[in-house]
Amino acid sequence: MTALVARGLTKRYGDVNVVDGLDLTVERGELYGFLGPNGAGKTTTIRMALGLIVPSGGEVDLLGQRMSTRGRPSSLARTGAMIEEPALYKFLSGRRNLEVFAKAGVGRDDVRRRLGRIDELLEIVGLTSAAKKRVKAYSQGMRQRLGLAVAMLGAPEILVLDEPTNGLDPSGMREIRQLLQRLTEGGTTVFVSSHLLAEVETMCDRVGVLSHGRLVAEGPPSALRGAVERVRLDVDDAVRARGILAAMPGVELSPEGERQLRIRLLGDVTAARVNAALVSAGVEVSALVPERESLEDVFLELVGDGDVQG
Amino acid sequence: MFKVEWIKALRRWRTYLIAAALGGVPFLIVLAVKLSPPTPSGSEDAPPFLLQIVQNGLFAPLTGLAVVQPFFLSLAIGLFAGDAVAGEAQAGTLRSLLVRPVGRARLVLSKYAAAMTMLGVLLLGVIASGALFGGIAFGFGPLPTLSGSSLSVVQASLRILAAGGYILVAAAGITAIGIFVSTLTDSGPGATVATVILAITSQILDNIPSVHAIHAYLPTHGWLAYTDLFRFPVDWEGMRAGIVVSGAYAAVFLTAALLVFGRKDVTA
Repeated sequence: MTALVARGLTKRYGDVNVVDGLDLTVERGELYGFLGPNGAGKTTTIRMALGLIVPSGGEVDLLGQRMSTRGRPSSLARTGAMIEEPALYKFLSGRRNLEVFAKAGVGRDDVRRRLGRIDELLEIVGLTSAAKKRVKAYSQGMRQRLGLAVAMLGAPEILVLDEPTNGLDPSGMREIRQLLQRLTEGGTTVFVSSHLLAEVETMCDRVGVLSHGRLVAEGPPSALRGAVERVRLDVDDAVRARGILAAMPGVELSPEGERQLRIRLLGDVTAARVNAALVSAGVEVSALVPERESLEDVFLELVGDGDVQG
Repeated sequence: MFKVEWIKALRRWRTYLIAAALGGVPFLIVLAVKLSPPTPSGSEDAPPFLLQIVQNGLFAPLTGLAVVQPFFLSLAIGLFAGDAVAGEAQAGTLRSLLVRPVGRARLVLSKYAAAMTMLGVLLLGVIASGALFGGIAFGFGPLPTLSGSSLSVVQASLRILAAGGYILVAAAGITAIGIFVSTLTDSGPGATVATVILAITSQILDNIPSVHAIHAYLPTHGWLAYTDLFRFPVDWEGMRAGIVVSGAYAAVFLTAALLVFGRKDVTA
């Protein structure tokens, strides 16, 4: 059974499709990274998936249930979410916030179960000693942690997190990454949006790249990155080498570089063949270094100049 | 959700501020009257019942209700109803509640129920504070009615509670308007101020004779009809009309709030 499915999901504001016919599938137990620049439509997609926004077209199923703003979809009770900034009552303490969100729901057992998890969650997010302080006095990072605790209150089957490491320092980011990985090991599905590539790259099983409301790439981070191979060549005669490389089909030559040339190999051209061509033409190749293209390069290629719409 | 509203309200300073303001009014009135008893000639603009306080402390809660109603009650309605949904939207907590999940209809109705209950408690506080300070300063006695006969202390106390109850029911319409306004915006203070302005404007219009034609349809038109409880026999006509108008506004604007909020895109 899938955790989250969007089919042709569209949200139109005025004459701009902020989300534009999005098809997306998140499997159970997956740690899925939803990547895209600011304004790509990530938050709008998440809000539609949680029944906060009515889609203009298409549909979205959360834990097998069609989402709408009407009624109270029961799948939400099995979902934990943190959308954008952690939404908290600043005049209440951290613990009191958790209590309020636990008690706000219906179902006595559900409320009791959530209340019973508060101590454990405060411990997990490292707020036990600050639990009695008003959220007003919390730092951004502490609020982020408390927001995560609120999201995890119901021991959810799927955790939907929008930019969860915003405002955290590097060690805090790492803690959150490890926490999310632990959760997926325990069977929880995690859907996490981010505009930070490094973050998604290191923790996600699968990444979807959103640009202008459309999914422009999807797959494991390694597969996305491996789509294009780059090679660095150190040569003695750059001018001759450039001439030869420019004539080779399937080789894209970067205009910069004196002794060091950078090429991208497209199609079935291999680095060995490039090397052979250069050497047989009398160019001395002192080094041939494959440079894995970083996910960032792939990302920038996919989303273009980062022009924000909507 | 209803209980949660109380948990939140009891931990905000503003709840105590408005409670202190409302509860303090009867105290100030009693103090002023005690220190400088009003003379009938100089008190043409005084609130109803003010002159009689010196003779009977029971007039203090009544004067308190009369003084509190036009402005402080409107302010409380703005704070409890106007801010109800918009304030959550502004803090972002609205989205957390909705994905908790709290059904949208339940959220709106709980907010309304909580606002009405808080108003009721405030009005009770005004009555209690008036009875306490009025009783201490002037003692209690049988209450003369506007028709000349008089009510025993027990009967009069019940009538005063009934007056408070009526004021609450008469405020149900404006409170529903406040909830409706609250679903339209993501600004808590904006919705609060808008609600207060509507309540006060309605009362002002109700006092302008040239727009007499619309008086009967104003949401606050019946607000003063509780004075009829102190006639003998009680004249129910004005209160019946007040309850009908308030109830009609409550029904219309709660329905509107449910419809608007039910399909609203929550982007805050």
